[in-house]
Amino acid sequence: MPQVTLTVNGTKHTVEVEARTLLVELLREKLRLTGTHVGCDTSQCGACVVHVGGDSLKSCTILAVQCDGASVTTIEGLAAADGTLHPMQEAFREYHALQCGFCTPGMVMSAIDLVNKHPGGLTEQEIREGLEGNLCRCTGYHNIVKAIAAASDVMQGRRSELARAAE
Amino acid sequence: MNVAAPFEGIGASVRRKEDLRFLSGRGQYTDDINRPGQTHAYMLRSPHAHAAIRSIDLAAARAMPGVLAIFTGADLAAENIGGIPCGWQIHNKDGSPMAEPMHPALAIGKVRHVGDQVAVVIAETRAQARDAAEAIVVEYDVLPAAATMAQALAAGAPQIHDAAPGNLCYDWHIGDRAVLDAAFAKAHKVVAFETTNNRLVPNAMEPRAAIGDFDPQSGDYTLYTTSQNPHVIRLLMGAFVLHIPESKLRVVAPDVGGGFGSKIYHYAEEAIVTWASAKVKRPIKWTADRTESFVSDAHGRDHVTKAELALDAGGKILGLKVHTHANMGAYLSTFAPCVPTYLYATLLSGVYSMPVIYAEVKAVFTNTVPVDAYRGAGRPEATYLLERLMDVAAAEIGLDKVEFRRRNFVPVDGFPYQTPVALQYDSGNYFATLDAALETAGWAGFEARRKAAAAQGKLRGIGISTYVEACGIAPSAVVGSLGARAGLYEVGTIRVHPTGSVTVLTGAHSHGQGHETTFAQLVADRLGVPIANVDIVHGDTAKVPFGMGTYGSRSLAVGGSAMVKAMDKIVAKGKRIAAHLMEASVEDVEFERGTFRVTGTDKTKTLTDISLAAYVPHNYPIEEIEPGLEETAFYDPKNFTYPGGCHIAEVEIDPETGKVAMVNFTAVDDVGRVINPMIVEGQVQGGVAQGIGQALLESAIYDAHGQLISGSMMDYTMPRADDLAPVSVATHTTLCTHNPLGVKGCGEVGAIGSPPAVINAVVDALRDYGVRHVEMPATPQKIWNIINGGRRMAAE
Repeated sequence: MPQVTLTVNGTKHTVEVEARTLLVELLREKLRLTGTHVGCDTSQCGACVVHVGGDSLKSCTILAVQCDGASVTTIEGLAAADGTLHPMQEAFREYHALQCGFCTPGMVMSAIDLVNKHPGGLTEQEIREGLEGNLCRCTGYHNIVKAIAAASDVMQGRRSELARAAE
Repeated sequence: MNVAAPFEGIGASVRRKEDLRFLSGRGQYTDDINRPGQTHAYMLRSPHAHAAIRSIDLAAARAMPGVLAIFTGADLAAENIGGIPCGWQIHNKDGSPMAEPMHPALAIGKVRHVGDQVAVVIAETRAQARDAAEAIVVEYDVLPAAATMAQALAAGAPQIHDAAPGNLCYDWHIGDRAVLDAAFAKAHKVVAFETTNNRLVPNAMEPRAAIGDFDPQSGDYTLYTTSQNPHVIRLLMGAFVLHIPESKLRVVAPDVGGGFGSKIYHYAEEAIVTWASAKVKRPIKWTADRTESFVSDAHGRDHVTKAELALDAGGKILGLKVHTHANMGAYLSTFAPCVPTYLYATLLSGVYSMPVIYAEVKAVFTNTVPVDAYRGAGRPEATYLLERLMDVAAAEIGLDKVEFRRRNFVPVDGFPYQTPVALQYDSGNYFATLDAALETAGWAGFEARRKAAAAQGKLRGIGISTYVEACGIAPSAVVGSLGARAGLYEVGTIRVHPTGSVTVLTGAHSHGQGHETTFAQLVADRLGVPIANVDIVHGDTAKVPFGMGTYGSRSLAVGGSAMVKAMDKIVAKGKRIAAHLMEASVEDVEFERGTFRVTGTDKTKTLTDISLAAYVPHNYPIEEIEPGLEETAFYDPKNFTYPGGCHIAEVEIDPETGKVAMVNFTAVDDVGRVINPMIVEGQVQGGVAQGIGQALLESAIYDAHGQLISGSMMDYTMPRADDLAPVSVATHTTLCTHNPLGVKGCGEVGAIGSPPAVINAVVDALRDYGVRHVEMPATPQKIWNIINGGRRMAAE
């Protein structure tokens, strides 16, 4: 079987996989990082989004063998070592942007990349369009949009609603 | 330092306790669980809607790498494994019971829908199981399919079950036909309306999954499953399918990624992996692909209805006549028969005073996936029919649609209100929710917005829906008399630990509703324990005494009430202990938020003092009171609860493309007392999103051969973030009069109230095109055809 070496959340792993193994299967089944979810089989739902080389990517659309040498971040790797949440995680909690939590890891990973790629901030419409690849069945997205707007301010050093609320 | 703790009780928008694990990837959904020695199952499913199975050749598949076992329907039949049971029996007009054909866990002799299970392969890995399933050779004699209800009811239709002649499950009715005919005879105007309530696929984001785990040493079975009601699964599967006593069967429903009804039912895969794990003597995991979910999760809605509304000259409703065909799919799912009867026809009075209603419902078998309750279950179908009919009727009698509704509302002082279709509404104020919604939505200023949109070449419309629903299901004796084969109480245990922290065991199940927070708030409010010290345990039959689970917006109204009852017992026992410790009479001990006090004195004991005394009973009235501080209560509701309100949708149509854009949505709901406003708002927003999905985007479409055309997330249009607009959510409270919290339920109101508001807005936007009705979903194609095929009425 092919061997893949990749760094996940800062830790280097060498894993034997079948040629057909998807990255998401490697993460969930070989590394037991079950925070990354599978919600569909047509790359529509986005529950499996992780960061590969800093870019968001649906981990069901790439073979594990294609990730040899890659650096992967999953939802488990977002919080600081002391447990402090990433501003996006914090904002999702503050704005009640999750209910069942199943789409949440992919939604958070997509949202962080969306914010990173828009250093000047995002309009509501840009956030809604930026979430095209992520499905949520619980929230109606409204609170997710609010959370991303707030987190974007925090991540980019603008005075945010969150900061104002905390003051 | 004396800093007041933040208020965490009833009415506080406490941030959710469960969020931390979900946000950090530490949730434990069924597919995240892996048992030692675990194997994997793959279901071979029928590619045909209707076919006889001539032969199944397993030889090649059995020789494939990693294969441990393959089972078919014959293997289950040989061990007397029962059919998947139905939990509700409806009776026909003539009093005879409905047709209830056997639903084998694996097909026997015949397949009846695309996705019907034919065989299960168990192998070392999931990929091996799937590979082997492809090597199974099944010879089918393909039969003509009845993909639609019209096909199934036609003369000479293919017969799906021998036990259901004419593919009829039941022919049921409610109401007094003679009284109705008399009302219609004196009507000033009768308005007729026909509509189809589109079939939906629930699509909870987590696909269904199950792990069967048999312990050969103890003979105990454990099933981990994506369920909204693990005790119900244990009862149905243990007693009716696998014949395992409850004491030997544990069912765990861990974190569950959304349900919306689709995870209430006992599904064949649960029984198959549980049974087969004893055969292979290893745990077996099965997880659905999304494609499997589309063809095996129970679908929702799918009604075809003709209705007539009789009116007097003053615009008052004299009577309503309804004739509905309801699709059951190929087999009866757990609650299916009650959805188009006691959750639909009993809601046809809506928020209106109607002297008489007569409804008849034919439930029909078709070669499609079984249909059962989906968020709202029957009540969205009733609300949609009635609220579209109200708009159509208002137009036909030339009365303003808001005034027409007001004229027929149950009056503010009209509660309790007995409808002509069995239900008795305990409380509500439909005028208040209407007025608040009209104000918030800027109803009065709409014409200016319409003109502004028209100047931009857009068609703008506004639509209203005023609704009531029945939830918090339900009084056991009542539902029993209506055909339920279960009681619908709920169970709660309050365990106060020696040092004062609390564990709550509840039979309700959270799969997104935030129970771990809301229920903890109930404890904080009553017992004064900070929510950080309150743990909510649910979803495990080995931990929770019993429970009927979560559906029909019942968790708080029924499950919360059980917790209140149990807390009352804690307080009563605590007072006796406190009386002993403070040398007072028990009648003189009062309790408020964690403190026992001798009335009129400064003598107090905290709940922690009492719990410590209860578990370390050195100075304790041991002859009179047992040690320990734990109480369980069963709560059986006295009535349904009746949330209601008003939804207003505003849409804008681009006539070039036919695309409907949501521009505004207002919901003012009366859900009774609100425990956590943030969570209620989230529930309403999510429900509205599903309602807008039904109205504009979603439809499960079968072709004439019974193939599901919209069978993947590429084809079935799930609402995405840019399909939706912000929803303005407000509540107006009248208290439920018959449960201790005064709560009504908020989980389904959004999906119930919103679809007719959206379609009423679409029809309003198309007013210049002579459109009387647009069927759901109002897709761009449908709208474009109306605009381009229709007659332009406006003066040009």
